[in-house]
Amino acid sequence: MTVTPAGSAGDQRTGVAVRFQDLHRWYGRVHALDGLTIDIAPGELVALLGPSGCGKTTALRALGGLDEVDGGRILVDGKDITHVPASKRGMGIVFQAYSLFPNMTSIDNVGYGLRLRGVGKDERRRRAGAMLELVGLEKQAERYPYQMSGGQQQRVALARALAIEPKVLLLDEPLSALDAKVRRQLREEIRRIQIAVGTTTLFVTHDQEEALALGDRVGVMSAGRLEQIAPPAELYDRPATAFVAEFVGLTNRLKGVAGDGVVEVLGAHVPLLAGSAGPGPVSALVRPEAVRLIAADGADAHVLAVSFLGSLGRVQVQLPDGDLVVAQVPATDVAGLAPGTAVRVTVVPAPVFAVAG
Amino acid sequence: MTFTPSAPLGAAASDTPLAVPPKGGGRRRRRSRFHSGSRLAILVVIIGYLLLPLVAMLEFSTRGDYGSRSLDSFAAIFTYPDLIDAIVTSLEIAVLTVFGMLLLLVPTMIWTVVRVPRMRRVVEFLCLLPLAIPAIVIVVGIAPIYQWMGRHLGPVGGSPLTLVLIDIILVLPFAYRAIDAGIRGVDVATLTDASRSLGAGWPRAIVQVVIPNIRGGILAAAVLAVALVLGEFTISSLLSFNTMQVLIFAVGKRDAYTSVAVSLTALVFAFVLLIVIARFAPGAGSRGQGAAEEEEPLATPLPTRAVR
Repeated sequence: MTVTPAGSAGDQRTGVAVRFQDLHRWYGRVHALDGLTIDIAPGELVALLGPSGCGKTTALRALGGLDEVDGGRILVDGKDITHVPASKRGMGIVFQAYSLFPNMTSIDNVGYGLRLRGVGKDERRRRAGAMLELVGLEKQAERYPYQMSGGQQQRVALARALAIEPKVLLLDEPLSALDAKVRRQLREEIRRIQIAVGTTTLFVTHDQEEALALGDRVGVMSAGRLEQIAPPAELYDRPATAFVAEFVGLTNRLKGVAGDGVVEVLGAHVPLLAGSAGPGPVSALVRPEAVRLIAADGADAHVLAVSFLGSLGRVQVQLPDGDLVVAQVPATDVAGLAPGTAVRVTVVPAPVFAVAG
Repeated sequence: MTFTPSAPLGAAASDTPLAVPPKGGGRRRRRSRFHSGSRLAILVVIIGYLLLPLVAMLEFSTRGDYGSRSLDSFAAIFTYPDLIDAIVTSLEIAVLTVFGMLLLLVPTMIWTVVRVPRMRRVVEFLCLLPLAIPAIVIVVGIAPIYQWMGRHLGPVGGSPLTLVLIDIILVLPFAYRAIDAGIRGVDVATLTDASRSLGAGWPRAIVQVVIPNIRGGILAAAVLAVALVLGEFTISSLLSFNTMQVLIFAVGKRDAYTSVAVSLTALVFAFVLLIVIARFAPGAGSRGQGAAEEEEPLATPLPTRAVR
């Protein structure tokens, strides 16, 4: 599967283009990368999303030179770097695990890559200090990693990765060890910094919210293959495969009958996305926000449970045939949908994906 | 509307049940005193058990005429030229063993952890194997090799320094454990990956990043190796090499005081080495105490300039 990048904001940035070309990687019998092909535009931030073991970290490590590939090529700025050692690739990597060198202070950690490049001590400290300032940790310059929190350590790791002015910035689930609040803060910080420096970035995560919030485009991987890569809204609204439709966001599997580009589901005729199953009986993958509930006496579906989620409510409804549907409604409507309320269920005519059965 | 004056906050707080001394506090204090007392007693017994032989050796080796105290037996060490040579030889063997062991073990263990983790068990098994083989079996097995070396490698083959080859094997189980503890204390694989991504080759990643962070384990392994080499008697004796231990035994037959003085000096040397390691090894201080501070708020507004 070959996908070309969207010509979005990336066009104005200063990074380099990256191309994964038909990458293959085997671990014993496991095909960790199965013909992976991705094009990343200069300055673009691509988030690779997928379940554990889908090959997203393998792809990142292959680009960083930390893992070898068994087939295919990796091109950066048009040059084949497939067999270039990690130390010569000039990639900045932030790892999932805390990776600061425990024997060095923050500023020495950030300056380490510069030291390896023969930058003099004064210049090194100046540039490392500027990087720490960029991530808001200039006051922590003389602290050792054990004297800093997890979030601070990851920010220093980001500064260290950026200090070498990397061709590509690789972020391997850098937020997964942090608590929710810090994760959200740092996520926004990473995005702002990435835009400020304009470095082409590959961000690997299993957190959908993170991927959708950060990526210019999001690539969804499964079993070593790229299922779809698209801007976040397109990925959510127009999934290309059943896996993407089910993996990204919440989905109801509702029985329907497909025919001629539409599927009849819960009495509504809904357009089908390309690649859907049919004609005949199918399962339509319908988002909770596309389900409408109307309280009506005598309706044959009824509310089972309601979850209050702040500005939204999530309502679980049992259909007459016993199937369950989850609907997402504004919080103001939750009051009228107490458990046991009889409701009529319909689906808005937004395009859906349908799978066999 | 009528207001009733409320009690000051402090007073209200002092009225809460939490502020009342909990019942059974005296019993808890007594139990705590008992525990700290028993801990102290155990400590005294252990220290006494360890120190008693040393005190006895000191008492014995400093006996002078007519109940006086004297350091003659320590001075007498220098009247046995063979003994001095043997001490020097043993120290040389110890130093060479430490270097040999570290050169063999540290890169192997780091490489195993980083590149072939599935081999970790195999390396561990091989390193622990010498524990299961009695010294006499090792000697019987290795004696022909020493005979061959003596015949074909000239003075080098017959030198007691060749004991380094056996001693490296003998110290492997202990050194492995010490270095392994150091390696487990840090994420070696991630540190080397980070180092390589920043531009370091393998050797530099190991020397500049990994080794400084497992220095405690390496120093502990070195101390154990020195202690073991200075204590190894069976193999040196059976292979007829005059090391310090063999000479102490020989001198002891003629002059027990000097023999004990040498033994005590060797022990004190090992003790001092241990104390130096404990004092200067990283990890002995506050590292890893979880002294991390609270998260700071977001960074100050980002500069829009390109970052150099």
